[in-house]
Amino acid sequence: MSAHADTHVHDDDHGHHHEPTFITKYIFSTDHKMISKQYLITGVFMGIIGILMSIMFRMQIAWPEEPNVLFEALLGKWAPDGVMDADIYLALVTIHGTIMVFFVLTAGLSGTFSNLLIPLQIGARDMASGFLNMVSYWLFFVSCIIMIFSLFVEAGPAAAGWTIYPPLSALPMASSGSGMGMTLWLVSMAIFIASQLIGGLNYVVTVLNLRTKGMSMTRLPLTIWAFFVTAIIGLVSFPVLLSAALLLIMDRSFGTSFFLSDIFIQGEVLHYQGGSPVLFEHLFWFLGHPEVYIVILPAMGLVSEIMAANSRKPIFGYRAMIASILAIAFLSTIVWGHHMFVSGMNPFLGSVFTFTTLLIAIPSAVKAFNWITTIWKGNIQMNTAMLFSIGFVSTFITGGLTGIILGDSALDINVHDTYFVIAHFHLVMGISALYGMFAGVYHWYPKMFGRMMNKNLGYIHFWVTAVCAYGVFFPMHFIGMAGLPRRYYTNSNFPLFDDLADVNKVITIFAIVGGIFQIVFLYNFFISIFYGKKATANPWRSTTLEWTTPVEHIHGNWPGELPVVYRWAYDYSKPGHDVDFVPQNIPLKEGEEELQH
Amino acid sequence: MTALFIILVLVFILIAIWQMVKIFDLAQAGLPENDQVATEKDNTINAYLMMGFLAFIYIITIVCIVKWGDLPLLSNSASAHGPEVDNLMIISLVLIFVVQTITQFLLHYFAFKYKGQKGRKALFFADNNTLEAIWTIIPVITLAGLIIYGLFTWTSIMNVSEDDDPIVVELYAQQFNWKARYSGADNTLGKANVRLIDIDKANILGLDESDPNAQDDIITSELHLPVGKPVLFKMRSQDVLHSAYMPHFRAQMNCVPGMVTQFGFTPTITTAEMRQNPDMIDKVKHINEIRVENSKDLVAKGEDALDAYEFDYLLLCNKICGKSHYNMQMKIIVETQEEYDAWIKEQKIFKNSLVKN
Repeated sequence: MSAHADTHVHDDDHGHHHEPTFITKYIFSTDHKMISKQYLITGVFMGIIGILMSIMFRMQIAWPEEPNVLFEALLGKWAPDGVMDADIYLALVTIHGTIMVFFVLTAGLSGTFSNLLIPLQIGARDMASGFLNMVSYWLFFVSCIIMIFSLFVEAGPAAAGWTIYPPLSALPMASSGSGMGMTLWLVSMAIFIASQLIGGLNYVVTVLNLRTKGMSMTRLPLTIWAFFVTAIIGLVSFPVLLSAALLLIMDRSFGTSFFLSDIFIQGEVLHYQGGSPVLFEHLFWFLGHPEVYIVILPAMGLVSEIMAANSRKPIFGYRAMIASILAIAFLSTIVWGHHMFVSGMNPFLGSVFTFTTLLIAIPSAVKAFNWITTIWKGNIQMNTAMLFSIGFVSTFITGGLTGIILGDSALDINVHDTYFVIAHFHLVMGISALYGMFAGVYHWYPKMFGRMMNKNLGYIHFWVTAVCAYGVFFPMHFIGMAGLPRRYYTNSNFPLFDDLADVNKVITIFAIVGGIFQIVFLYNFFISIFYGKKATANPWRSTTLEWTTPVEHIHGNWPGELPVVYRWAYDYSKPGHDVDFVPQNIPLKEGEEELQH
Repeated sequence: MTALFIILVLVFILIAIWQMVKIFDLAQAGLPENDQVATEKDNTINAYLMMGFLAFIYIITIVCIVKWGDLPLLSNSASAHGPEVDNLMIISLVLIFVVQTITQFLLHYFAFKYKGQKGRKALFFADNNTLEAIWTIIPVITLAGLIIYGLFTWTSIMNVSEDDDPIVVELYAQQFNWKARYSGADNTLGKANVRLIDIDKANILGLDESDPNAQDDIITSELHLPVGKPVLFKMRSQDVLHSAYMPHFRAQMNCVPGMVTQFGFTPTITTAEMRQNPDMIDKVKHINEIRVENSKDLVAKGEDALDAYEFDYLLLCNKICGKSHYNMQMKIIVETQEEYDAWIKEQKIFKNSLVKN
């Protein structure tokens, strides 16, 4: 591969490298390992905000319009006498969605692990462009700051739902959050998208060009396949959201009518004519749906890797796993219309999107069965990362199955925009992706920080989280089927739903407990950075290349020559070997055959 | 206050656990390196917890189905296409529960059965084309069935034929209100555009005052429908997106400013009949018990007690539309043709409702 020629250039470069200062090492670093940590810590911080918001609006749903000290303390003027205001309720659900989907599960998950693992697992000294990588992180950082800043503007943050459908998001007179709050939301997202595009290009180029000698595409760990395909989906779909955001900015600030037409509000007719909100919905979901795969595919990659390593078994159906990643990626770009069955688009389109949507169940089912077969007859090491991986498969199945109801246009009519949808997508891409992220953090923590996280705290974290996640989202299916719409500040104006109030209380209690127990994770995470047990070079006895690097991070990853790869990434418990794992850089024994995968 | 109390209790529990783990860790000091990797004991404990968790999933499923599974909204549809949708829904749900039960069992049971033990060697099993073909083909066949069934249902719901001679009714959405417009004797809605709204003349929906078809249109804030007669809704919105959600009729369509959307169905059960439905009587009774209970607290605080609940069909807004989204509703009354005729005769037609200058 071309990477081989590159090696020498880098090696020479390595010798003359200047000692990094504090700023170049910890802040404006171009080292992928440091950037990965920056992504993770930023993502964790945003995650805290997002989860705290969800706990607040869950409290409002369970005990509507009751004074709450937490609201009084955190919401200030938005909670007079501790009673939450209806506008801020909508703002909380909006920003919770935005933060969790984009800032935590896109940048925090994919940003962290693509950066950490792509160079380490393919045997490269760094990303193709360290500088662009640094720019990508700092753009992300700026977008986080702007999003947080938007929480403090006078009229309140964006409150039109994370999907920001116009005209609600376009007209300040329609919603108080659609003033400066929405402007900042759009600016923040535009910068965020730029960050994702730069990062994604870098990942694709690195995987294609910098693989070490012997690392063919069919020897890549599934993590890399997942990151690679995720980056491609992002490159295809994020620009479309950028265009939607820019057109919306034009409509809001420069008087154009891309998404607006015939509007009468607060006693006056607005000048907009000829645009259509449905166009925005198409543009939004052309990203929005692939986005859920941008979130879940990296988690799938991490889980595949962790399941194989901890089952001490090769991943089952390596080629089928790659094929299903590719199939999901392709299908993900032609299913967006299933978010729009009742948007007013032609019903014939609804039929087409039902068809393509239900097709996605096939590669998803293949993946789920392959994971289950991977642990079958294994020698399962119950490390925290493994628990979260099993939890991932569990929630992915539970959440994924209800997709066949929502993807079916005839059934979607009645559960569209109810709590059924909330239950579905939180399990299948929210909780699942979060589990994937936790699994990744527990598994690669020794690689990131050179220390181990405490396993007992990890066990407590997993089991409480697992119970609470089901406790929160499983009952939601039922209140959704009872017709309870989402995004209602209170249900007290509908006696029809009075019998669902106790379900909502149960859900909220699970949410509070689950939320609080994330402190166990935070404690474990931050304390272990300084006081964790020192890690050994390959604590999980894994086969991939990142575990052949020294525990202490060095610039360029490997001290001498780059490792050469002789086998695929899953030689666990291979017959004919004394140990139950054979790293990729160990040459084949005489007479040993590489598996025909 | 309850919430705060719960939080405090949880915080204390958390601190207790934290302290216990700390003690546990201190007791383990001096163990070899790599002691944060799962030991055989960890494997065993977590393997049993896996089975416990499987039981938890099954229990929460059963509890949910028993307590909330038989909600009238799932079984008592009140439109002609409703039973079709409900059938498909029930088939899908049964399928989901079967697959869910089996796959969750396999996942957690394997995790339990193949827990790591000294001397156990994992099976080197990397590929099997037959197995993979099986679990590709089975979903393909199942989904093909679901897709075909679903598409037929969808097409029959969405194809509103004008031959059925439906009553045409406009649903008009505004922040945070619904209006209905009946087409009158000519069964043709007059032209309308929000640009023609004239509040001073009480032309609140922007009807074209010169259009002959508009003269006999009737604007109401309650939706009355005759039972057994197809109705075709034409939906408009004057400001932002709204969604006309009529869960009892398995009906929903967005209202989009700048365009007219449509949805049609045939109501089959009158409001009076639905109130007599035994399931509905139970549900209403249950809700009223809850309301009486809640009223006690309110009265103690010096507020008014809650009204008793009586069943009515509802039109809800189901697309986030601003501050009072949670209270955007309209009552739907399904009645006999005679009752409907009597009601509509009492309503003012557009021509007469305008304020003359």
